[in-house]
Amino acid sequence: MLKTKRLWWVLALGVFAGFPLVVTNPSYQTIAFYSLLYMACAASWNMFSGYSGYIALGSGVFYGSGAFTMALISIHTHMAPGAAMFWLVPVGGLVAAAFAVPLGWIGLRVRRHTFVVITIAFFFIFQNAAINFSFTGGTAGLNLPFITWGFSYYDLPFYYVALGLVIFIVILSAAVRRSRFGLQLMAIRDDEDRALGLGVKVAAVKLTGFTMSAFTIGMAGAVYAMFLGQIYPQFAFDPMFDLSIAMMAFFGGMGTLVGPLVGALILESAQQYLTVNFSNGSLYLILLGGLFLIVFMFMPQGIVVYVRDTVTKKAAREKAAVASIDLAMAEGSET
Amino acid sequence: MTTLLSVQGVSRAFGGVQALNDCSLEVEKGSITGLIGPNGSGKTTLFNVITGYVKPDAGAVMFDGQFITYARPDDVFSRGIGRTFQLTRIFGQISVLENMLVATQREESWLRGLTRSKSSKAEVETAMEWLDFVGIARLADLQAGALSYGQRKLLELAYVLVADPDVILLDEPAGGVNLTLINQIADRIRTLNRDGKTFLIVEHNMEFVMSLCESVTVMHQGTSLVSGTPSEVRNNPLVLDAYLGGGEEVEEEEDASQGIAHG
Repeated sequence: MLKTKRLWWVLALGVFAGFPLVVTNPSYQTIAFYSLLYMACAASWNMFSGYSGYIALGSGVFYGSGAFTMALISIHTHMAPGAAMFWLVPVGGLVAAAFAVPLGWIGLRVRRHTFVVITIAFFFIFQNAAINFSFTGGTAGLNLPFITWGFSYYDLPFYYVALGLVIFIVILSAAVRRSRFGLQLMAIRDDEDRALGLGVKVAAVKLTGFTMSAFTIGMAGAVYAMFLGQIYPQFAFDPMFDLSIAMMAFFGGMGTLVGPLVGALILESAQQYLTVNFSNGSLYLILLGGLFLIVFMFMPQGIVVYVRDTVTKKAAREKAAVASIDLAMAEGSET
Repeated sequence: MTTLLSVQGVSRAFGGVQALNDCSLEVEKGSITGLIGPNGSGKTTLFNVITGYVKPDAGAVMFDGQFITYARPDDVFSRGIGRTFQLTRIFGQISVLENMLVATQREESWLRGLTRSKSSKAEVETAMEWLDFVGIARLADLQAGALSYGQRKLLELAYVLVADPDVILLDEPAGGVNLTLINQIADRIRTLNRDGKTFLIVEHNMEFVMSLCESVTVMHQGTSLVSGTPSEVRNNPLVLDAYLGGGEEVEEEEDASQGIAHG
């Protein structure tokens, strides 16, 4: 079982690593790059919101912070355009994480639904600030050092950096799942007060998870800014981003390792592909809407959970086990 | 006998409702103490005050010689007071075994949780032993949300035990479960008590309380009315007035519980 799982991961990695070597059309490579970037973001979002049940709808704050960190530092230090700028990616993550500590400290004092509203409020504060401050370029935006490597392979370095980011986040996310810390996050999701009563330091655990997720989303934002070459506050802090990554995680299966990756891969590539090919009509919106309806009606827990539970016949197995113990207890044979 | 847990003149109001009014209670080390009283007499609120979920307006709570009146729930738990809830609370979306592991880190710093795996081999063994003790070890890998109501009660008891608390507060352990299971739960409590665990039990099932507890406290309108042995309490006129309602009914109660004792 474990070996098959590992085999699947290696296989998937091989497909992703080989993809841009086989498909050399730049427009498809761009679609693939964005898919990876959103896989990274959805998996980061899931690392906190999926495990803890605290739905954050203001992750754009961290994406935008990462993007502006990349832009501002590379511009003001007159960096030579090129691969060296990738060193700013973790810096973008750190800045995002630094914002996450006070925001999480305030936001995580409230429960569930109020938390959702507060994160949205944080988001609009940041967006407005970015539009109105002068150092962010205002609505005119900022131009990053212009990258001059060849157009024919322009996407490739970004693609592999994004892939590396996805791998890093998957490993981190898997490590969280296996740690005591991850177990505590999931206990908080299921019953926070009960977890507190069993000695879990809920405030510290939540803030740590929130900050970790902000760090990785900030890194993705930095890559995004470098790829575009110019950023505007209204796109770096995009409310659609907040919704998209949450939807992707829901779509694939919240709280699972693979779910957000699958959700982001399907939705982002489908959306990009349909936008490019059916842009002069609303057909692509109808197609996407239909896909959402089908998934949420028939697989409310997401594709991955649905498939896994169906394949392993989870419901029947559970029912049988529970019934057998109940029966044994009623007969008193367990004593 | 020494007093392990004592509640001294605790009061607490929710708006205009005086849920607890100068309530006192003593739990002796190694005892099984019962807490009874009509609905709304403040039993669960008292549990919430002891375990730190509700802060009292006045009064004090002492555990093992130290004041824990304003301690938070995680702190209370790490000092050695475990509890179960009236409406059973388990972690539904993680496995039964993982439920057991949540409580194992009683004396561990939370930062340690970032770097260690969710369970050590020894922790899993202990968890499995306790699951076996309550009789649901075969369900360890199941998602806890799939368990039946009775099994959830057992799981909640088991995961409190895994942290090895000194005193265990049970809020209606026999509520809503069948007679066979009630007897099994009572057996488990007796076994644990013989091994030195102290219990404070809220329960409406009189047979359960009277047969199990050596000391019973009766609450009425937020106040502790009487404390004593089950037979003392049963015959106390104050209790008859407040709780049982009248003399004739008491006769029946007494017969019934004596029947249990002999049977």
